[in-house]
Amino acid sequence: MSSAPPTAAAPDTAVSSRTRARRRSPHIPYALLLPALLGLAFLVLPLAGLLVRAPWSTLPSQLSSSEVWEALRLSLICATAATGLSLLLGVPLAWLLARTDFPGRRFVRSLVTLPLVLPPVVGGVALLLVLGRNGLVGRWLDTAFGITLPFHTSGVVLAEAFVAMPFLVISVEGALRAADPRYEEAAATLGASRLTAFRRVTLPLIAPGIGAGAVLAWARALGEFGATITFAGNFPGQTQTMPLAVYLAMESDPEAAIALSLVLLAVSIAVLAGLRDRWISSP
Amino acid sequence: MTPPTPPAPPASPHALDAHLRIDRAAFRLDLPLTAAPGEVLALLGPNGAGKSTALRALAGLLPLTAGHLRLDSTTLEDPATGLHTPAESRPVGVVFQDYLLFPHLSALDNVAFGLRCRGADKKTSRTEARPWLERMGLAEYAESKPRALSGGQAQRVALARALAVRPRLLLLDEPLAALDARTRLEVRAQLRRHLAEFEAVAVLVTHDPLDAMVLADRLVVIEDGQVVQSGTPSEISRHPRTDYIARLVGLNLYQGTAEGRTVTLPDGEQLFTTEELTGAAFVAFPPSAVVLHRTRPESSARNVWQLEVGGLDLHGDQVRADLTGPLPLAADLTPAAVAELDLAPGTKVWASVKAAQTHAYPA
Repeated sequence: MSSAPPTAAAPDTAVSSRTRARRRSPHIPYALLLPALLGLAFLVLPLAGLLVRAPWSTLPSQLSSSEVWEALRLSLICATAATGLSLLLGVPLAWLLARTDFPGRRFVRSLVTLPLVLPPVVGGVALLLVLGRNGLVGRWLDTAFGITLPFHTSGVVLAEAFVAMPFLVISVEGALRAADPRYEEAAATLGASRLTAFRRVTLPLIAPGIGAGAVLAWARALGEFGATITFAGNFPGQTQTMPLAVYLAMESDPEAAIALSLVLLAVSIAVLAGLRDRWISSP
Repeated sequence: MTPPTPPAPPASPHALDAHLRIDRAAFRLDLPLTAAPGEVLALLGPNGAGKSTALRALAGLLPLTAGHLRLDSTTLEDPATGLHTPAESRPVGVVFQDYLLFPHLSALDNVAFGLRCRGADKKTSRTEARPWLERMGLAEYAESKPRALSGGQAQRVALARALAVRPRLLLLDEPLAALDARTRLEVRAQLRRHLAEFEAVAVLVTHDPLDAMVLADRLVVIEDGQVVQSGTPSEISRHPRTDYIARLVGLNLYQGTAEGRTVTLPDGEQLFTTEELTGAAFVAFPPSAVVLHRTRPESSARNVWQLEVGGLDLHGDQVRADLTGPLPLAADLTPAAVAELDLAPGTKVWASVKAAQTHAYPA
């Protein structure tokens, strides 16, 4: 606009401001507006209800019980450990899916994404059958190393990782496919082995994707319920995470359940706010 | 880029001795390639001719189907024995078309990358990388990220990065294609200087004949995966052997059979030249040698044809007329002459070329 000659600029701006004005006061069809507002209310109202019904007066005493902090601490530790495990195994898996070609790659990819759609309880049952004390691998772990995974904190981590890792793999694989593989070729011509190229070139390039995937996986692990209660049980202090504690409290002491839910909500919002700028909004 | 320390290995006639054969579904590259130490070779050809494929094969990013690749008498690849030295183990440096500078590393760390991959620690590799940036006149950009560099600067960082590992074969893929016209002139001159200093073999791939002629000692012209001509820039520009090269160097080119000073083209047209030849021959003359007339000229020129103007194009301060008829040719004339002759597409004109301005050579 600024480079246009003044005579031509006047009618031009008039036209463009008119279109802009029309865009600013849009006629949104009611057929779209109503469901959209209903959808918004549906998502926001329950959370608002949680805040309204919260027993604010007894909240300090509710939250001061050591059981709450125990469950929260366990939840955070297990979700973080599950995310770490997912990173350790999931990033190389994503690389394998994105950068190599082997027979049955598509099939393997759909296997990886299966836990995304599988009911978590089924995942828990499956984990129990394989890693349980009498499971295929579990029996061997038990007799050979004396390691028992189910109904133990490590079982919580495994159950959460099983459900959360696909989120990370999908996110990282997408980032890898978007990253130009020729950077790895450039690294190779400079003498970098494939591992060095991955470590020093590819990883930094896809760091935002890994970060976003890790946040997704962590959030999914934090809220994990079905696989955890099936595979790891519900022992306070050992396998009872926040979602389990909330569910249990709902039956005996609804006020406590609301208090616990508020804590989980606060943690989720804090994570979202803290990481949004750094990871999620970056391309 | 003369390395100050290690003495150059004894000069062998062929520092690079390669025969690149790559078969694909609808394409075959069959390219013998030799070069002496210090020689700059340009692979010139139209898009899809196989230039980039050849470059990737030399770099080790694409395996050969057959043939061989030897560098300084070390065999790097020989499909017959199953030998394929991977890219990271070849003493080869590559400057990619869009440079592919690692965006998360500073200019200095980009140059130091290859040194680190070869085992130097962070501090040593940076110390060794810095002189390369200085040589490229980029000392003050050492800490800049690639996105903060101009196209010309990024090109020099890419060159420094490739040279820092002291390759025995330097490959440049369309090194000037990503630059705008003004930067291009300047970078071309710098690149020429750096290539002249480089003591090992350099192979550059380009579709720009000017880049090839300015930068290279020898051109290898490939079309459809085959060598159609090779030689020094002046040989190639004086004696083109295919229409593609003739167009590149701006000559009218015809192939026919010579008998004394007459060359007969396959369709019966005859061209009169000053060179005595027998057998298959090429005749070439520049568009500026063509004179146009509205009536049949009474001049001494013996090559005269009646043609029709197919199109007119401005080339610098000259008008390039594409003429169609028994002997299609391009003619250059001044805009004033175009106006005087009242030329427009479809105009019938007489074209004459003096025998002395044509150049005939054996095919």
